[in-house]
Amino acid sequence: MTFEEYVPGAADDHEPATMADMLTVAGNAAAVAPVGAAPILEVDKLRMYFPVKSPGLLRRTVGHVQAVDGVSFQVVEGGSLGLVGESGCGKSTTGRLITRLYTPTSGAIRFQGEDIAHAKARQLKPLRRDIQMIFQDPYTSLNPRHTVGAIIGAPLAIHKILPKKQILPRVQELLEIVGLNPEHYNRYPHEFSGGQRQRIGIARSLTLQPKLLVADEPVSALDVSIQAQVVNLLQDIQREFGVAFLFIAHDLAVVRHFCPEVAVMYLGKIVEIGDRDSIYNNAHHPYTQALLSAVPDVRQAATGGRRERIRLEGDVPSPIDPPSGCRFRTRCPIAQEICARHEPPLLQIGQRHKVACHFPGRLGEAPREPLTSGLLGVDREGRPDPGASPSTDLVEQPGFADTWFDLDKKTIGRV
Amino acid sequence: MTTTVSNLESEGLPDPTGHPDEMDRGKVEGKSPTRLAIERFRKDRLSMVSFIIVALYILGGILAPFLVKFGLLDPTSYHQDLLNEFTLPEGPLGGISWKHPLGVEPGTGRDVMSRVWLGTTLSLTIALIASLLAMAIGTVLGIIAGFTGGLTDGVIGRLIDLTLSFPSTLMLLALSAPMYALLTKNFHVPEGDLAWATYVVVFLAIFGWPPIARLIRGQVLSIREREFVHAATLFGASRFRMYFKEILPNLWAPLLVSFTLLLPAYISAEAALSYLGVSIKPPTPTLGNVLRDSLNYAEFDFVYFFSPAFAIALIVVCFNLLGDGLRDALDPKSNR
Repeated sequence: MTFEEYVPGAADDHEPATMADMLTVAGNAAAVAPVGAAPILEVDKLRMYFPVKSPGLLRRTVGHVQAVDGVSFQVVEGGSLGLVGESGCGKSTTGRLITRLYTPTSGAIRFQGEDIAHAKARQLKPLRRDIQMIFQDPYTSLNPRHTVGAIIGAPLAIHKILPKKQILPRVQELLEIVGLNPEHYNRYPHEFSGGQRQRIGIARSLTLQPKLLVADEPVSALDVSIQAQVVNLLQDIQREFGVAFLFIAHDLAVVRHFCPEVAVMYLGKIVEIGDRDSIYNNAHHPYTQALLSAVPDVRQAATGGRRERIRLEGDVPSPIDPPSGCRFRTRCPIAQEICARHEPPLLQIGQRHKVACHFPGRLGEAPREPLTSGLLGVDREGRPDPGASPSTDLVEQPGFADTWFDLDKKTIGRV
Repeated sequence: MTTTVSNLESEGLPDPTGHPDEMDRGKVEGKSPTRLAIERFRKDRLSMVSFIIVALYILGGILAPFLVKFGLLDPTSYHQDLLNEFTLPEGPLGGISWKHPLGVEPGTGRDVMSRVWLGTTLSLTIALIASLLAMAIGTVLGIIAGFTGGLTDGVIGRLIDLTLSFPSTLMLLALSAPMYALLTKNFHVPEGDLAWATYVVVFLAIFGWPPIARLIRGQVLSIREREFVHAATLFGASRFRMYFKEILPNLWAPLLVSFTLLLPAYISAEAALSYLGVSIKPPTPTLGNVLRDSLNYAEFDFVYFFSPAFAIALIVVCFNLLGDGLRDALDPKSNR
């Protein structure tokens, strides 16, 4: 199916009643991962350090905000990866690095095998067609002085894809795809509601028929009822056009619905990454468990079987001076001495499940002894162990390996 | 001003053939932010009055040369016959008559209305060109400084500081003779009024752009962090497109307001410079020239003294009110 043949669903006419029903009311089931698809995007040890300058004339660099510090993941063709975490954990920065609004400090961003991490503006221009972005705030993402037609048609004019006369029909077609009246092309953004504006932003991002869409909190600025509509629209688009998504959000329920794979970030690092089931039903990192316990659950509230909320103590530490070792240890309920000495490697503990913790385990079942001491070649307190040698195969890779450490069976798992 | 960039872009697009089966169809025309601002402006009576007066001034300014050509205005002929033995105008109120509605000049008997009218034209022209130049320099440098940041921003920022720290009035006086010589000899500007006018325009523009650049830089700093600028980057928008199509249309409000406030300042400045003798010289009338001459007769000929002063005061006040009105109309969030 092409853009031309696509007729939008009637997703907008529904008035969903409760949050639990909202995401499925339009007949959109939770997204499923495409099987055996090749990675379209590989991010490898991506780092972004923003320099902190001293005030005054000399403006020396006095430190760095380690916004993103060694993040690796994959997005498969037509798939979607959710990136969750609290404010300031670097998820938006990651999105802006991938779209190359920022140039990373180090690391690689391989898009269709080509490293674009340090590509120059001229090399980037053809790539801009393939990677587009949906922005968070529909009130600032559209130029208030341009008509909707000018906004959506701008990419076509810049890339000279269509002759001028064909731009308007294409703009109207895109408006129709996102469920807006195609006659509204000569209206201004201020005449639309937040949800409609977000649809305009989505239409704009689709103009160049991208292969990867970075959605930076695309629904967090919207009403809850509108959120569901927009998420369903994004799902329709993904299904029809096979666009891959990097879906950045802090709403775990939305991510659960939209993304077959989820990465949890904390203070610039991925602490746990895996498929939907591993993260939502089998979380092994204490931070993921705390996040999940904070999600309100209508069904549990009704039956009274509400699980205990895990309260994290204190604030997120400053990314200018993050804690030594594991960055989460200052707020972690199960942190021990080794956590301050060594950063936990991102261990693969399932076929599609990795976790960065010295004591990975289901809620309440965390091991007493650090599982990583042998791999790091240290004793249980994290001091160097002369008897042990550090494992050499701890190199973090963007994707998942064929073998993993099965924590339940205490063996090496294989595909 | 009535046409924004966006209007231009949607012009020439073919009329859509609507789908008749839906309501809400038909010709849907959006109101641009500019259109809304004009509607707000129209409701403001004081601004509308000052707008009309300003428009009359401009219209009068455009007409003045033609009126002189057809002999309706005559700023140069002497009418010694209308003066008494003390060379003051005969008759009440400085010799007001049908032929000379504002009386005649003491000493020479030239028509006061003609001199004030033509003086206004010249002063307005000089102020207009100077402020347009200052706005252009300030806007371009402000956008570049604000959007590029880093070293470029620093260099432009220091340039602004440097320009502002110059004792401009003193320099204007001190440099007038050598600059006049330079303009006439090296740049082949015809001697006389045109060379003096050029000197004043260039000087006012060179020392007038820094505040504009600062204002625009500040605005751009906030605009460039908005997401539509990121979106334009993602489409591979060129620098030119970024500056003039994405950012500039969002600057019309502050630009228009600062223009309507800069222009009256330049009218006063030009009058002051004529008074000090570094602008267009007599006998060509400018508001400053007429004012300087009229000060000698402040005691004896009130109408003559009052006319140029009133002409300056009225246009300056009206332009300022217009600027305030525009500010309110363009920014609906501002409180009055």
